[in-house]
Amino acid sequence: MSKNIGLRSAIYAILTIVALIYLVPTFSKELPSWWKILPTEKVKLGLDLQGGMQLVMEVDSAKALELELERVADEIKEELRNEKIKYSDIKRNESNGIDLILLSDQDLSSFEKLKSSMYSEYDMSKGEKTADGQLVHMNMKQTAVQSLLTSSTEQAVETIRNRIDQFGVSEPTITTQQDNRILIQLPGVKDPDRAINLIGKTAQLEFKLVDEANSLEEAQKGNIPAGDQILYHSEIDAKTGHSEKTPYLLKKRTSLTGSYITDAKVKVDSYGAYTVTMDFNKKGSKLFESLTGANIGKRLAIVLDDNVYSAPVIKDKISGSASISGSFTADEANDLRIVLKAGALPADVKILEQRTVGASLGKDSINQGIKAMIVGTAIVVLFMIIYYGFSGVIANVALILNTVFIMAGLAAFGATLTLPGLAGIILLIGMAVDTNVLIFERMREELRIGKTLRMALETGYEKTTWTIIDTHVTTILSGLVLLQFGTGPVKGFAVTLIIGLLANFLTAVFITRVIFDYLIIERNWKKISI
Amino acid sequence: MHLIKPNTNIDFMGKRYIAFGLSAVMIILGLAMLVVRGGPNYGVDFNGGLMIQIKLPSQQDPSKIREALQPLNLHEGEIQRLGEEGESTYLIKVGHSEDYNTSTLHEDIGKVLKTSFGEGSEVQRLEMVGPKVGKDLREKALLMIFYTILIIAIYISGRFEQKWTMSIVMTVCLVIAVLIGTSFGAGVTWLIMIALVISIAFCWVLRLKYAMGAILSLVHDVAITVGAFALTNREVTLTVVAAILTLIGYSLNDTIIVYDRIRENLRNASSKRDMKEIMNRSVNQTLSRTILTSGTVFVTAAALYFLGGVVIHDFAFALLIGVVTGTYSSIYIASPLLLLYEGKPEKRSKK
Repeated sequence: MSKNIGLRSAIYAILTIVALIYLVPTFSKELPSWWKILPTEKVKLGLDLQGGMQLVMEVDSAKALELELERVADEIKEELRNEKIKYSDIKRNESNGIDLILLSDQDLSSFEKLKSSMYSEYDMSKGEKTADGQLVHMNMKQTAVQSLLTSSTEQAVETIRNRIDQFGVSEPTITTQQDNRILIQLPGVKDPDRAINLIGKTAQLEFKLVDEANSLEEAQKGNIPAGDQILYHSEIDAKTGHSEKTPYLLKKRTSLTGSYITDAKVKVDSYGAYTVTMDFNKKGSKLFESLTGANIGKRLAIVLDDNVYSAPVIKDKISGSASISGSFTADEANDLRIVLKAGALPADVKILEQRTVGASLGKDSINQGIKAMIVGTAIVVLFMIIYYGFSGVIANVALILNTVFIMAGLAAFGATLTLPGLAGIILLIGMAVDTNVLIFERMREELRIGKTLRMALETGYEKTTWTIIDTHVTTILSGLVLLQFGTGPVKGFAVTLIIGLLANFLTAVFITRVIFDYLIIERNWKKISI
Repeated sequence: MHLIKPNTNIDFMGKRYIAFGLSAVMIILGLAMLVVRGGPNYGVDFNGGLMIQIKLPSQQDPSKIREALQPLNLHEGEIQRLGEEGESTYLIKVGHSEDYNTSTLHEDIGKVLKTSFGEGSEVQRLEMVGPKVGKDLREKALLMIFYTILIIAIYISGRFEQKWTMSIVMTVCLVIAVLIGTSFGAGVTWLIMIALVISIAFCWVLRLKYAMGAILSLVHDVAITVGAFALTNREVTLTVVAAILTLIGYSLNDTIIVYDRIRENLRNASSKRDMKEIMNRSVNQTLSRTILTSGTVFVTAAALYFLGGVVIHDFAFALLIGVVTGTYSSIYIASPLLLLYEGKPEKRSKK
């Protein structure tokens, strides 16, 4: 151990320089252009330090399933009509499936053919036969249910990512957690309320015809005609602050959905009112054209998440694009544009967990943390010098290098510094000197029984090495458990703890040793204050 | 400079029954407090609910704040002023309910505060945890504790006793017990109990006294820290659990250092050895190191506690308590526990 002092010093010097290089991007405001060949990763700050928002959302899986079954039921209806299969009823059942009643045996055999060619993810079974016809159950297979739920979560993640990208948040994290949960982290987001609105909106855009043939008043009394529904247009009166609701009697059948939208734009008219226009793709364009062409003179309601935005009268056949107007603010119009363009969520999402930290509180936390760090370090450093004299200075060098290595490690591994992580660094300052205290106390004992400084150094390091390894291993083990099971801030703490303990081993054992070796062997010091 | 004079010889072992008594009193007091309060005071992380930290332009009576929040349908909550005298930061805690609209909550609270207390009111922090997530996090925290105990029990029985085969056997036993436990639907709390009982019984039967001493003193430290939280009615959150687990690692440091010294002294001792004397000597030899490093860790934890701000307060409190009990237990609990075997005939074959 005591040989090759030059080589060892060189290795540690290089390590220190590398660590310092890793720290430059974090602490300098601007990097020179030639720096690109060197690491440019900054130490990332957690949400609790820079402010921001974390959300855990859950896709309403029951709703997603319901929507899918409704879609398939509509599709089957269409197919039955095309294939001229006669049926009397088709509806969703309670066990993830669709029930339909077919009139004759011939219809049944035609349907069986249709089923085997198109609906392989459904199990078909025959129910009772009544005067109405043959009851058929089409139940979704369990694997199909599962893959539907997975894909709807994936689709939700994709949609949310698109929306956030449009909204403009630097370095968002959007991932699926177990089952149908989505973890969203938006560091540094300025306006969390707007972000939640944007992310959480289902944004199911539907065009529905207004039922002009039946009376709205009758329907409001409870006599809603079959195939109709009442939806409301709600608006907040800018003067009074009251929200006003206007009812509409609409056809339940959705004539067109927002899934054909390719682009959306915000326009301002000459009165300063905002309008959001959207463009359809070819298929949507065609559908919209035939829809408007066949219903000239009727009203077409534009419904977003069951809220009627407007119901203009169709004056002419329209193709290509449609627009939504309302009393929007600029932000609202822009958010609507984003959700329309990014598409609808496959089903409603629910917020299961929300953590929002204001930027000012984050800044306070950093300042308080740094204050605690300075005070803590000052006391420990002073104490080491008073108690161990020159050896204490050597230990302090190790202590400061230790902090440098932790920060560099965080930058190099792309780890996130959280508030508990910052607390961990402060705590590690107290723990780091432990290693040197252990060695120094041992050296003192050896000196007391009359050994030379060189011998004391040798035995002091040798006899404590295993103990030091033990103490580090046990704490690293608990750190690894924290890393595995912890979330957010706790994970940050665990990473800091582990990096810190590894760094401590390097600085407090190896680097102090080479300094002592240099002084005692090379410079031949016979005495050293310890 | 010396804090502890060389050749200090304090009779720690002689006072072991006083120490055991003191520890027992502290643990019982903490547990009694836990029972009185009906379990740990779980924070929103574990119980679900809402925690809102707000800053107002001027100090307000909590009843005024409650009144202002009335329209939001929040459940009856606690309101507490934070920070030093003269600051107007408040913490509001509300139980979980379905009555408020989670997606507009942050916005709603901000608006209500601004209308009631004027500009300059702000929501600094909002944590909302649904009951499902709360349950998951509780489970996760318990699993963290479980695995930490498991891994550490295995590591120290292997390292201290140099009986890695034994420790592998123990691991297998523990894993089997846990598998049986889970198949019967035992909760994580039970799994922790089962794992603890098995490890201690295993150590007892096989006379792995160092491992047993270390595990028992860990249990001691955790029990006292949790008791201190119950006594001061502080909230147990995810970060507090992280602090406790770090302490498990740290407290073990102290124990390992004393134990290593005991074994070293035992190796050098003559065959006619007096266990008690050797232990006293070992504890005294490592005493100045124990005091010094606990001192430095204590100082840094105290700096965090007093200067680190409200968010980290409970975390720092757990560290403070843990450092003190960890140090105390490695002197007064971990080492004297080794004496439990003294006075019992030692099997020759085990030598």
